[in-house]
This record gives sequence, C-alpha cells and structure tokens, in this order.
Amino acid sequence: MAEIRVQNLRKAFGAFVAVQDSNFVVEDGEFFVMLGPSGCGKTTTLRMIAGLELPTGGKILLGGEDVTMRRARERDIAFVFQLFALYPHMNVRRNIGFPLLAQGMPSAEIRSRVEETARLLRIDHLLDKSVSGLAGGDRQRVALGRAIVRRPKCFLMDEPLGTLDTEFRDLMVHELRELHNRIHATTVYVTHDQMEAMSMADKIAVMNHGVIEQFGTPREIYDRPATMFVADFIGSPPMNFLKFGGGLAKGAKEIVVQGAKVAVPEVREDIAPADMALGIRPEHIRFDDGSKLRGAIYGTEYLGTTQIVAVETADGIIKARVPAGIHLSPGEQVGLALSSARLSLFEKGTGRAVRTAMYDRAAEARHG
Amino acid sequence: MSLTTAHSVVAPSSNAKLIAGTIIIAYALISIVPLLWIFATSFKTPPDSIAYPPKIVFQPSIEGYCNLFTTRTRQTPEYINSLGPATGVCDATVRKRNMVIAGPSNFLPRFVNSLIIAFGSTFCAVFLGTLSAYGFSRFKVPLADDLLFFILSTRFMPPIAVAIPIYLMYREIGLSDTALGMILLYTAVNVSLAVWLLKGFIDEIPREYEEAAMIDGYTRLQAFWRTVLPQATTGIAATAIFCLIFAWNEYAFAALLTSGTAQTAPPFIPTIIGEGGQDWPAVAAGTTIFLVPILVFTILLRKQLLRGITFGAVRK
Repeated sequence: MAEIRVQNLRKAFGAFVAVQDSNFVVEDGEFFVMLGPSGCGKTTTLRMIAGLELPTGGKILLGGEDVTMRRARERDIAFVFQLFALYPHMNVRRNIGFPLLAQGMPSAEIRSRVEETARLLRIDHLLDKSVSGLAGGDRQRVALGRAIVRRPKCFLMDEPLGTLDTEFRDLMVHELRELHNRIHATTVYVTHDQMEAMSMADKIAVMNHGVIEQFGTPREIYDRPATMFVADFIGSPPMNFLKFGGGLAKGAKEIVVQGAKVAVPEVREDIAPADMALGIRPEHIRFDDGSKLRGAIYGTEYLGTTQIVAVETADGIIKARVPAGIHLSPGEQVGLALSSARLSLFEKGTGRAVRTAMYDRAAEARHG
Repeated sequence: MSLTTAHSVVAPSSNAKLIAGTIIIAYALISIVPLLWIFATSFKTPPDSIAYPPKIVFQPSIEGYCNLFTTRTRQTPEYINSLGPATGVCDATVRKRNMVIAGPSNFLPRFVNSLIIAFGSTFCAVFLGTLSAYGFSRFKVPLADDLLFFILSTRFMPPIAVAIPIYLMYREIGLSDTALGMILLYTAVNVSLAVWLLKGFIDEIPREYEEAAMIDGYTRLQAFWRTVLPQATTGIAATAIFCLIFAWNEYAFAALLTSGTAQTAPPFIPTIIGEGGQDWPAVAAGTTIFLVPILVFTILLRKQLLRGITFGAVRK
C-alpha cells in the first residue's frame, strides 16, 4: 500500500482541457472519492493514475516513486471498471487468478490465493461458475476479487456501482467500505453519485470542468462548501441561493436580503461591491411568522420523517426541510428564519465562498 | 358494441407465419435442388445422365468417380479379355465400357492445390486482417479514414481488370503458376474484406478488457492474445468463411495464372468435359467433392458463428 501524490496534473485532448492543474494527496490507506458530473475530468484523472492515459503535464507519485510515464503494468495498481470487464471466456476462478498468472506465480499458489480472496468476498461457492451467469452484485465481487488478489499498491475504481440496481448498490456501498476497513488499501474511487461519495469517503475531491473545486472530508464539503458549484452539487435538495448586492466589510455580521436583515457568520475579508449570493441548506430554514423574509408555500414533498417545502420568494423558489408534522397548504404566507451560524456567502461572479467565521474551524483543522 | 379480441402487436399472425414459411421453403428448394441434381448426377452412368426425360430414379453407379480420378484408354474387347481379373471396382466398371485404367488423373493434385491455396490465403488474410483491424480499432492511426477507404477501394475494381498486369508481373518475378503466387494474390484480394469485417467486430469488444489485462501485468500483445482474440472468434470465424469461399471458388485468376503445377480445381473441372466426350457424371463427381471442404469448414465453425456476442459479462 502506498500514498498517491498528484502534482499539477494536466490533460488536454487537442484544444479541450479535460484536467487542469490537479493537485491532491491520497494518504496511505485512505478511501478517496473523486466526485463530479459526467465530463468533469474525474475518470481521466483516474486513468492517468492507472497509466491508461499519459498526462499532458504534471507528475504522479505512487509511494514516493515517480510513475508519470510508466506503463500501466509496471505501476502495481488494480483497476475496477464500471463495466467490470470480466473475461467472458473464463470462469470466476480464472478471472480472479488472471493477474497472478501474469506474474508467473505457480498454479498451486494461485489456487490458494484465489480461494482466500473468494472467501473474503464470500463468493467461494461461485468459483467454478461462468461469469456470464452471475448477478450484478456477484460480478462486482468477482471484479473486486480480481483487484485485491494481487495485493497491489492501490485500488482505482471507476464508478464500479454505476450499473447496479439500487438495492445492490446500497449493499455494495456497505460491503466496499467494510472491505476497505479490513484491508486498508489506498483507494481512489470515481463517482457522480454524492450518496456513494458521502457514505464511503475519507476524503472527497469535487471536480467540475477539469478543476478540483474542493478537496476535503465529506463533512467539510457539505458544511463549508468552497464554491457555489460544490454547494449546489452536494446535498439533496441542493443548497438554496438568495441573491444580495453590495460589498462586504471585514467584521460584518449582517447582510440585507430582500429587505430583511439576516445575521451571518462574521466576515473575514473585504469584498468590493458585486453580485453576491447567500447559501442556505434546506435543513437550516425554519418557519417563523416574525421573520421579515417572507414567501408563499408552493408545494410540499412528504418524506416520512421530514418534508421538503418549496417556498416562492421574491427571488424564486427555495426549498426548506422541516419536520413532517407541520401542516402547510399551498398559497399560505410564511416567514423564513435562517440558522445564522450555518450560512455561506458566495461571490456570484467567481462562485467562490467568502471567508467567514464558519471557515475558521476548517482552517484550524487543516493546520492543526 | 362489437366484441373486440385482444391481439398482440408483436407476435406475427398465423397468416404472416404461413406466408413467411412458404417463401422460406420455396427459396430453400430453389437453392438446394441444383445441388441435389449434381449430387444425383455424380452417381449416374453417362447414358443415364443425358437420358430424356431426366431420370429421378436410377441405378447408382460410381463410374463418375472412377472417371474423375483416373485416365483411361480405349482397348479392343480381345485385349481386355486377355487381361487378368479386374483389380478393383473401378477397374471392373471401366472395362464394361471397353476401357482400361491408364493411371491417376490430375484431379487429386488439383484438389490438393485448391486446399493449400484457399486455406493458406484465408489464414494469411485473416491473420493480417485481425492485426490491422485491431490497430485501426484501438489506436489513433494517422489518416485512418483515408487508409480504410483505400483498403476498401481495392474491392471496387473487378479483380479481372488487373489480371493481365498481374500475369505479366508474376511471369517476370517467377510467381506464375506457383501456390505461393496464388496465396499472395488471394490474400491481397481478401485482406480488405477481412479488415473491414473484423474492425466492426473488434470495435464491439470493449477496450476495458485489454486495459484490465494491461493493468494486471500483461503486455498489449498478451492482452490482445488472451482477451481480445477469444472474444473475436465469432468475427474471425465469419471472416474466415467469407475469405475461404472466395478463394475456393475463384476461377478467373486461377484460369489465367495457373496452368500446371499450381492449377486449382475450378479451372480443372471444366477440362474434364473435353476429355473423351461429355462425361457429366465425372464433372458432377468433381463438383460434389469440391463442395465438401467448404461444407465441412462451415459446419465446423457453425458453433462460433451462432454463439454470437450474446454471452458478454459486460453490461451495457
């Protein structure tokens, strides 16, 4: 096992830049998820780490060794593909043993290693079956088996659960994390599904248009989004944005949105007058008739323990997550109270989050 | 209100099935009757083969096969009687026509030539075709589209149009009337077909298979050999059959470029007609034997052809 260090990594296909100056470190034994919409460059980054694509610029270090230009087979990594890529002309045993065969391992040893791996994944009863007859979850386990049998430096997974049914997917998310907890293999996992990312990752990098928008723990990314893109991409429903104008002065603790004063975490920098946005997670909105920020109920989505309420305000619809018990009827006027300590401020032009007291802890955590 | 019965919009109606069945049976009969006729003729005696009205029921004879494999000389009955007892079935058969076997005919060597040239060129075309198709399918080949079009364009021209220049070239470099020359020629003609067919098949095989193998420690060639090739067998089998059928049936080049040692069966069989009258049973016998290898080859590869690409472990 080894750490993965990516420095100024860049990949261009002609004029199209798929990955721009990526920098991140995956610590030894960490479960790292690259999250982003399709076409954001996450798979390209993964393929460069694997050696399936050569970077246009930058460096990739595996366990301190520069492997940037090395062939895939010389990197000692394992890759799980979205389509599993199980060889249809081989049975489960031969599929799992295939990487060991490449090393010229004696067949008795291959046999015992394959069986050990199959037991770990609880597919030992399938070893002599053909891969074509397997259910999705079992195929996934075979693909994982082929990856872990060799005990490589790290695992790379490209949306490995993307083609599974929801039922299997939840099961496999659990199994993958459990497997990781047992073998502590450095893992880079690519997905567009925020639920997978949030539930499995130690660290997440959120990517968009070839750029890493934010790198951090699931908690940091959800609570303190670095950009409007991250705030919008993570969370279901995503963060609400209310626009406000004017600049911000260092030390400000209040802004004016739609004529209402809203307390915010203390601002840590001066911002010249520009279009700004206030970001509010749906669960940080309460109904309070005393509030000056008002709207009309547009619709509700009942979820059992909570409900998502769409409220039409002067600045469009915002969504609130409130207890399911509250009864609301469409058209009803409500006042909205916001949890001041949990609000984010963004510069609309760049999408960047304004530094506020809320981010202090993050900075402390990173330097501490 | 009238009663309507539900009917499937997907399953064909019984009328449609009946019509389709009739058409298929009619087509099958049209295709198979000439073959059956040739097969029957090969077991007729020469008088039966030209009898009018044609004989459907007849006394089978192997005279056609005897005539195909031997050369015979006509002798006086006195001479034939002076010979000892017939040494075999064929001997006895030809003696009834006042003939004796003078020696083996050229059919067997011509047939062997056909086998060597057709299978040799098929192997070369499929081998080269698979490698080029893989290259075109997986790598960024400069001017790939133009190259592919160029390869295809060699197919536009009727082969016979270049027969004369090829004849002159072959005579110059000593490839005329050699098996090697014919193999090269048929390979050149077939390789374009092979590249195009196989590229289609290889494009269908996800490149993840090779990528997985290359990450797992194999070289590209090993990955190709162990993961792509086994999955391309269907395409390779289909391509091989097409190439073989062309090389096996080819007449024009064979007639022009081979005359002796390297002559194949197609130009040889018609020459039987000229030898001592129109020996239709011998011609039919030659044709029947000529059909066998292609039939066997197709039946052997039938499984590969039918297996299709339906067994993928890849979910799309």
